Amino acid sequence: MPSSPRRPLLKLGSITLAALAIGACGSESTTADTSAAAPTTAASTAGSSIVVYSGRSEELVAPLIEQFTEATGITVEFRGGDSGELAAQLITESSASPADVFFSQDAGALGAVDEAGMLGALPAATLDRVGEQFQAKSGNWTATSGRVRVIVYNSQTVTAPPTTIDELLDPKWQGRIGFAPTNASWQSFVTALRVLRGEDGAKAWLEGFAANKPVAFEKNGAVRDAVNAAEVDLGLVNHYYLLELMAKQGDGVVAKNQFLAAGDAGGLVNVAGAGVLKTSKNSVAAQQFVDFLLSDVGQSYFATKTYEYPMVAGIAQAEGLPAFSELQPPAIDLSDLRSIAVTQQLLQDVGLLTL
Amino acid sequence: MSRTLIHHRRRGKPLAPLPVLTPVALAIGVFAITPIAYLVDRATNSGWSGFVDDVFRSSTGYVVIRSVVLVVVATTLCTVVGVAAAVIVDRADLPAPAVWRVLLALPLAIPTYLAGFAWVAEFPGMKGLWAATLVLVACSFPYVYLPVLAALSQVDRAQEDVARSLGRSAFGAFVSVTVPQIRRAITAGALLTGLYVLSDFGAVGSMRYQAFTWEIFQSYRAGFNADRAASLAVVLVVGGALLVIAERAARGGAQSRSARSAQHSDRNGWSRRARFVGAGTLSALLGACVVFPVATVVRWFGRSVGSGVAWGDLGAALWASTRYSLLAAAVTTLLALPVALAAARRGGRLDRAAEGLTYVTHALPSVVIGISMIFLSLRVVPRWYQRPPVLVAAYVLLFLPLAVASSRAALDRCARQWEESALSLGSSQVRTLLHVTLRVAAPGLAAGAALTALATLKELPTTLLLHPTGTDTLAMELWTKTGVSDLEGAAPYALALVLFAAVPTALLGWFTGRHDHDAHA
Repeated sequence: MPSSPRRPLLKLGSITLAALAIGACGSESTTADTSAAAPTTAASTAGSSIVVYSGRSEELVAPLIEQFTEATGITVEFRGGDSGELAAQLITESSASPADVFFSQDAGALGAVDEAGMLGALPAATLDRVGEQFQAKSGNWTATSGRVRVIVYNSQTVTAPPTTIDELLDPKWQGRIGFAPTNASWQSFVTALRVLRGEDGAKAWLEGFAANKPVAFEKNGAVRDAVNAAEVDLGLVNHYYLLELMAKQGDGVVAKNQFLAAGDAGGLVNVAGAGVLKTSKNSVAAQQFVDFLLSDVGQSYFATKTYEYPMVAGIAQAEGLPAFSELQPPAIDLSDLRSIAVTQQLLQDVGLLTL
Repeated sequence: MSRTLIHHRRRGKPLAPLPVLTPVALAIGVFAITPIAYLVDRATNSGWSGFVDDVFRSSTGYVVIRSVVLVVVATTLCTVVGVAAAVIVDRADLPAPAVWRVLLALPLAIPTYLAGFAWVAEFPGMKGLWAATLVLVACSFPYVYLPVLAALSQVDRAQEDVARSLGRSAFGAFVSVTVPQIRRAITAGALLTGLYVLSDFGAVGSMRYQAFTWEIFQSYRAGFNADRAASLAVVLVVGGALLVIAERAARGGAQSRSARSAQHSDRNGWSRRARFVGAGTLSALLGACVVFPVATVVRWFGRSVGSGVAWGDLGAALWASTRYSLLAAAVTTLLALPVALAAARRGGRLDRAAEGLTYVTHALPSVVIGISMIFLSLRVVPRWYQRPPVLVAAYVLLFLPLAVASSRAALDRCARQWEESALSLGSSQVRTLLHVTLRVAAPGLAAGAALTALATLKELPTTLLLHPTGTDTLAMELWTKTGVSDLEGAAPYALALVLFAAVPTALLGWFTGRHDHDAHA
């Protein structure tokens, strides 16, 4: 491994990028007062720039980044990609990485980069804003928004939806459950199941589930649509798919979300999150970026734009959701969700990932 | 039979120019396999036993079988479809032959990920071997069609007439007289297709067929595991090498060819009915390969016009795509030329080895080339990481075989008597090379450049890893939009990509197989 800390020249083009980012984001309302969110150390970093490797799409976060730049004067050079591939890229770059921040769609990729020893410690003030369960045990990354696994059900055909995943194994649901076998969130749930129940326990549940002949769909959105159209009666998805449909179709939606019983593995809260690279040359500004994601502005942005749960207490969440504090998701170290490859092997073994 | 050909070597010194070509070609060949250095380093990161464990897992066996099946099925079908299309276009005397030539090259303008996306969007149940094969054949049969059409247009049909006058059927005459003359074009096209099938992710990804590339992408995406991906990639390199060797065995010895005789024969003319069937077949093929995906994208586009198109972004992406494809095409063609020249005109063991080396890594999925380039460039030229030079170098690694194959075919087609005449008139070797060989081979070199430009336009995984921050290509924008399932937002980029890629593709079709080609040679 090389010890050369030299970084590529990345300053060129940052201005163009900012122009592109602004041009790309359309007319998002920027009336919110962002000054309160900007840390007071901004003076020294204004005019500098940071490189953000993002597993969340530019389409989604560009308006928020624009607000960050307005509030702090820090230019963001955005590199989008698949969270897993970006993690592999970061690990390959190693100490020569030009990245300052890794903003990931899921905890597993952050866990992998952290395990490679590439993330620096976040200050206590940052970590204090989110619950202990939603940050790395190492203190090197934090969740920025959460999505809850739920059972979406058709309220016209089902009066008493299951509240635990074990109830799904009841033969009365045979052929009536939809799921998306290749979806990352479904696979995260199975990973959590393995962590919570051990390999054998997880395999036993999956075999029971497979025996109930669940119906496979391409994507979570398709599962939700099938439930709403009563093609299937239950679906295993994230909470926000229903909210997206309601925002689009309004009152005609007959599908509803069933949140799972306290501690049930089916109610996993998965997160998007961020960490600062140890090798960052501008770690103060990188830190400000992570803080901005956790600021009131940043948190409200995800709550309203993606209907995800904010990670910071006191931020208004999307309408019609139970309060985050009322949810009692299974206790799990989110970094443990990185063993997705093992999960996929298990899913293949039980025949739930036949391709 | 074609024994009437005169072996030109007897008539004086053949052109075997510039001994320096051999080391230059070798250097380029070695550059082409540099990613293997990285792969071996990674694959054996946890010792050779780790590599052995990774490769000889029970699951790997199934992946190997799936990939082999896919390569065999898809390559065979591509070859059948490509040869059939070329024969119909060349022989059926269809109205507006130039239009048909161009139309049948157009599937190359459609990336497999886009075609797969369109098929799945319209027929959500599609998946597996046959679905992946459909997409691969629909998007890549022109890799066979184009070289075969070029070869067919140079075949002397008078020889078939002779065979028929000796009692052979039309089909029998074609098989015994013409097929041997186009065999090399067929095997070369099949090799490119086979390597492409091994490396493609768009089709197997959208159709969820768990081939090698799928497994490699999952190793990065789900396992964050560069080591296992590298181990699997090493197996793919071996697969690529085997294909190269198989192609060399299948194409047999080099074929000399006669100049095309001027007069055309009417004896092989197709019946009205046969022409009708031929045109119908080609139309159905175009419907599935071009009209269907394009119509799907146009429908999405129709919806997006209402919600507004960000023309500024589209323009910027178009400009970035143009710039990089032109750069990649220029550099790749320039590097392909010495390799092809050495192989075609010097033809020693080392020359042929250099040519073979450029093909081997073509079996690697581009995400592997991308990750390799991260590793290598940060060690060798860290200042250029995520800058244009490294990105272009990666494109060269990815697409060198396309340019080498085209240039080589063009040089093979260039009748040597022109060179020999020039030499006998006192022109120097270098001068002959520049003024005769390259001039005659120019359309083939241009075809190689066009193929490279096309492939660069469509390229995604390596571009995502290595692009200069702040530069977004059409393919990247398309990926970003479809990633958030924004079909309407994606449509303008998809449409721009296809329309734009159609330009070099149309040129390819236009220049390939023109019957008056020999007239200016």
